[in-house]
Amino acid sequence: MTHAIETINLRKEFDENVAVRGLTLQVTQGEVFGFLGPNGAGKTTSIKMLLGLVAPTAGSAMLLGAPLGDRAVRARIGFLPEHFRFHDWLSAREFLDLHGRLYAMSASRLRSRINELLDLVGLTPFRDKQLRTFSKGMLQRVGLAQALLNDPALVFLDEPTSGLDPVGRRLVRDIIRDLRARGTTIFLNSHLLSEVEITCDRVAFIKHGEVLRVSELKSLVNGATSVTIRADSLTPPIIAGLQQWSRDVRADGAQVTLTVSDETALPAINRYLVAQNVAVYALTPQHLSLEDLFIQIVGTDGGL
Amino acid sequence: MATFIIARLTFLEAIRRRILLSAFLLGVAFLILYTWGFYLMRQEALPSVPRSEISSAILRSGLNNFLTLAGLYAVNFLAIAMGALVSADTLAGEIGSGTIQAIVAKPVRRAQIVLGKWVGFAGLLALYLVLMVGGVMAVAYVLDGYVVPNVASGVALIYLEALLMMSVTLMCSSMFSTLATGGVIFGLYGIAFIGGWVEQFGALLQNQAAVNIGVVSSLIIPSEALWRRAAYEMTPPLAQVIGISFSGPMFTVSVPSDAQIVYAVGYLAVALAIGVRAFARRDL
Ligand SMILES: Nc1ncnc2c1ncn2[C@@H]1O[C@H](COP(=O)(O)OP(=O)(O)OP(=O)(O)O)[C@@H](O)[C@H]1O
Ligand SMILES: [Mg+2]
Repeated sequence: MTHAIETINLRKEFDENVAVRGLTLQVTQGEVFGFLGPNGAGKTTSIKMLLGLVAPTAGSAMLLGAPLGDRAVRARIGFLPEHFRFHDWLSAREFLDLHGRLYAMSASRLRSRINELLDLVGLTPFRDKQLRTFSKGMLQRVGLAQALLNDPALVFLDEPTSGLDPVGRRLVRDIIRDLRARGTTIFLNSHLLSEVEITCDRVAFIKHGEVLRVSELKSLVNGATSVTIRADSLTPPIIAGLQQWSRDVRADGAQVTLTVSDETALPAINRYLVAQNVAVYALTPQHLSLEDLFIQIVGTDGGL
Repeated sequence: MATFIIARLTFLEAIRRRILLSAFLLGVAFLILYTWGFYLMRQEALPSVPRSEISSAILRSGLNNFLTLAGLYAVNFLAIAMGALVSADTLAGEIGSGTIQAIVAKPVRRAQIVLGKWVGFAGLLALYLVLMVGGVMAVAYVLDGYVVPNVASGVALIYLEALLMMSVTLMCSSMFSTLATGGVIFGLYGIAFIGGWVEQFGALLQNQAAVNIGVVSSLIIPSEALWRRAAYEMTPPLAQVIGISFSGPMFTVSVPSDAQIVYAVGYLAVALAIGVRAFARRDL
């Protein structure tokens, strides 16, 4: 099975500034793929390279089995840009009509599709209003409709929920779920990790334009566990010894916190402490949220 | 196909953003002033005409020709200004605001976007010129039954000039910001304008250096030369024999050659090609 997206060492330099250092990534057909990273990590630039808005400095990539720039493939792709701006002197319907024509859709299919999508994003009552009169969230909705006009096989959503109210965010979530059920591949940039946690099958963490880690979301969230140990006589050598299970060990008085990738480490840690004659009062596992993981993986320096 | 979708969008934008309307209202205001001025000048000049029938007819037609060409000179300028104003912001503005992104990601060639805009503006300019040239010519025709000679080739040359400046503006807009584009176009127009005057003075005073400056300036930007050729085409044969024509505020003494027209067409094509290429290679 071909991948929906496959990139090999994709790189982009803007003059001196390296925006994407070397992106190597595979996205399977039909999955919802979360693309996470701090501000300026190169997420938007990566999407722009895949869509032909920005020319890669080096590297290569395939979309739906064809090399970048293939126009037949672009007809099967949907795209919601970050900071979506429009020709705001068009009405919602005219705007969708324009973009549908650019997809070379037939007039009759386009007409029914526009009605369907306006309904889906809840803008039917505003369909003849000029976009300049729309609020930010309404624009985001019409932009989302635009990205789905052609029943795409692959959709790029660059922060689709920015500016949306809770109802709108739920709408996006439902749309993503629907698309997934129909086998559409979705590439999602988002900073709203609670949402990513609900919608994505797999996530990639990137920083400085490099993939730090790609993982199934389930195993990532279920597996990663933070353990808090409360015990007497925790000497520095003993604490150092804990590093065989975790690189991330923090001591705070009589309390030590460490993160393990798997719960099965817990009995071994307990045995180790007992063998060192440590009096253990509590050994408390706690699942990490995606946000905790994000900060752990990309760090708190913001990557800038 | 995509070219026409973009052309239509460009046209629609001019209507929606009231560009067409304001250009039209300005044009009407100009035509009213022009008609009034035409009428007054004619009143002033004609009673002093000697009684002889023939010389009266010659003077009358000369005056009509002069006034009509003066009007067309203004229309020519307005068409250039309009072409530059609408096209200066088109690519630079859409790149800046990001409206271009969702369009470029569609299955269209980038060249089609640039060409579509070009076609849209070309249509706008054609519409504008038909209305304005028609308006100016109607004044002399209604008041005196006068029509300038060679209207078709004259208007074609004016249209070519407007297209030329629009194409150059579009080219700049694909590479620079709106502001920088405006600066470049204003500079080019200044060169053409001053160069044209220097050349006329040079020809009158038989100063070769001045003529050369004019030639160089019309190589840098051949717009003014097109106007002078258009004015020459629309000048009565008698005046042509003497070697002068009334090109707006100046008499045309040195007439641009056919080669200069060909050069202008080539210039336009190259500008458009550069614009297409620059836009195709740009990061958006
Ligand atoms: N057109 C450009 N010219 C120069 N540098 C750019 C350009 N576009 C992006 N960059 C730089 O590339 C880097 C990555 O930017 P990008 O927009 O891809 O980040 P991002 O991951 O999408 O961030 P965010 O989460 O804030 O949207 C940044 O350092 C940015 O300054
Ligand atoms: Mg971004």
